[in-house]
Amino acid sequence: MNTLLTNDLDIAKVREEFPILSRQVHGKPLVFLDNGASSQMPRSVQERIRLYHSNEHANVHRGVHYLSQTATDSYEKARVTVQNFIHAKHEEEIIWTSGTTDAINTVAASLAQFYFKEGDEILLTEMEHHANIVSWQIHAVSKGVKIKVIPVLDNGELDLDAFENLLTDKVKLVSLVHISNVLGTVNPVKFVIDRAHEKGIPVLVDGAQSTPHSKIDVQHLDCDFFVFSAHKMYGPTGVGVLYGKKEWLSKMPPVRGGGDMIMEVSFEKTTYNELPYKFEAGTPNISGAIGLGAAIEFIQSIGLEKMAAHEHDLLVYATSIIEPMQGISILGTAKEKASIISLIMDEIHPHDVGTILDMEGIAVRAGHHCAQPLMTRFGIPATSRASFAVYNTKEEIDALVQGLLKVQQIFA
Amino acid sequence: MSIGIYNDQITYHSKNPRNFGEMENADIKIKGHNPLCGDSFEFFIKLAENGTIDSVQFTGKGCAVSTASASMMTKAAKGKTLDEVETLFKEFQMMSTGKLDVDQEPNHLGHLTVFKSIKDFPVRVKCATLPWHTLHSAMIGQKTATTE
Repeated sequence: MNTLLTNDLDIAKVREEFPILSRQVHGKPLVFLDNGASSQMPRSVQERIRLYHSNEHANVHRGVHYLSQTATDSYEKARVTVQNFIHAKHEEEIIWTSGTTDAINTVAASLAQFYFKEGDEILLTEMEHHANIVSWQIHAVSKGVKIKVIPVLDNGELDLDAFENLLTDKVKLVSLVHISNVLGTVNPVKFVIDRAHEKGIPVLVDGAQSTPHSKIDVQHLDCDFFVFSAHKMYGPTGVGVLYGKKEWLSKMPPVRGGGDMIMEVSFEKTTYNELPYKFEAGTPNISGAIGLGAAIEFIQSIGLEKMAAHEHDLLVYATSIIEPMQGISILGTAKEKASIISLIMDEIHPHDVGTILDMEGIAVRAGHHCAQPLMTRFGIPATSRASFAVYNTKEEIDALVQGLLKVQQIFA
Repeated sequence: MSIGIYNDQITYHSKNPRNFGEMENADIKIKGHNPLCGDSFEFFIKLAENGTIDSVQFTGKGCAVSTASASMMTKAAKGKTLDEVETLFKEFQMMSTGKLDVDQEPNHLGHLTVFKSIKDFPVRVKCATLPWHTLHSAMIGQKTATTE
């Protein structure tokens, strides 16, 4: 199995870290290619969460007792791990959320309270996940804010000429996805941020798909907000991060009231806690935050660049085989592309593809991927999507290809 | 080749749907939509003078399971009374959700039992039942149907 050794990365050894990969599904070895939805958790993350529950669990920032302090230390240590991972300047710029969606909603609700005015515009892209569309509709459109959309070209890249034309003085925020969960397109976020900043417009970057695959340096990008989830980067579900520049977060009002986010409360008036706690009402997902810290340590133990190189190899390999196949086309052929392949099979519905592949033990995502406007743009109801992680192999891509041939045979 | 729910009859009907196309003099027109898959059909129903179903036709696009189910439903409903259609709807739904074992228990489903293994694919049950939900909605006087 020498193909398991690519870019000095021993994939067989990596796979051993993921107990779930050795199970069978419908009597076939599991081929897990739905990492864009949620990646699997390595032993080290599972073990760290178990250790927290068996040895450190108590509420954070509350008790004077030993365990509360232990839990608080682990929880705050994870915050620093995140800070270093995305190269944030200040620890208090890292806000724990329940995930990417929660993070976008928090920014939208807060900005709607003090920043947006009637007639303002928010600039999104045609390839946004529903989280980066509906949050603005709920919180900002009701205040008379308009949503404008940067179109997507046929190859899945952003229409940057249209972007420059849409970037008028009315625009008060640009919010865009770093890597498209459907097309795999890596958007030129640095370019978008620089252009927007020339006009003093802040930018939010949705990093749900980019944090598992690319080095993130929020200071270099100079983005005003960066949001992501733990469960797409080998961590647990139910936890994510809102990074915001301190200058923004300090002037933004909190959107949820409760414990931990206050300094002093009376029935007449409440003063809010300092950053980051102002945005963290209620008992947080302590084990989740610690789990995310462990997931980042897992990524760093392998090296993000090695992981990205391996995933790129898989993308190139899969594309080279699938692209020439009769009756199958790949949606999204951007020059800069992450390890995501959306497939369209002639006359065969993606849900039928997904069900038949599942019978072969192969897990892909079939559906609109929470990006219905993008589906409308390409005139399709859905796609079948294979998305790769560090533990995937070329043998698994061969299995996918055999599965696709079987789908074609069934409908031949 | 057959795998899971994709037996020969279902793949055949999905590729060659019967009674497919618009009906000009329909007594009832009704749309059925499954937001999960994006399945979207319109059914046209012509009633006979005695109140039975004269014919059903459909147009639209969907997955293989929903298309085959729609095709076979248009055949099954022909000439049936509204009560008989209602019985088929209920039995089809019970079969699809594992509440009716068509091999052991009496039923009126006939050829429609080719969908019996759909009960093993919970996320696809709505695909199979969408046409029946839509016909049922038409019978009770609703304008559209959705499986959500």
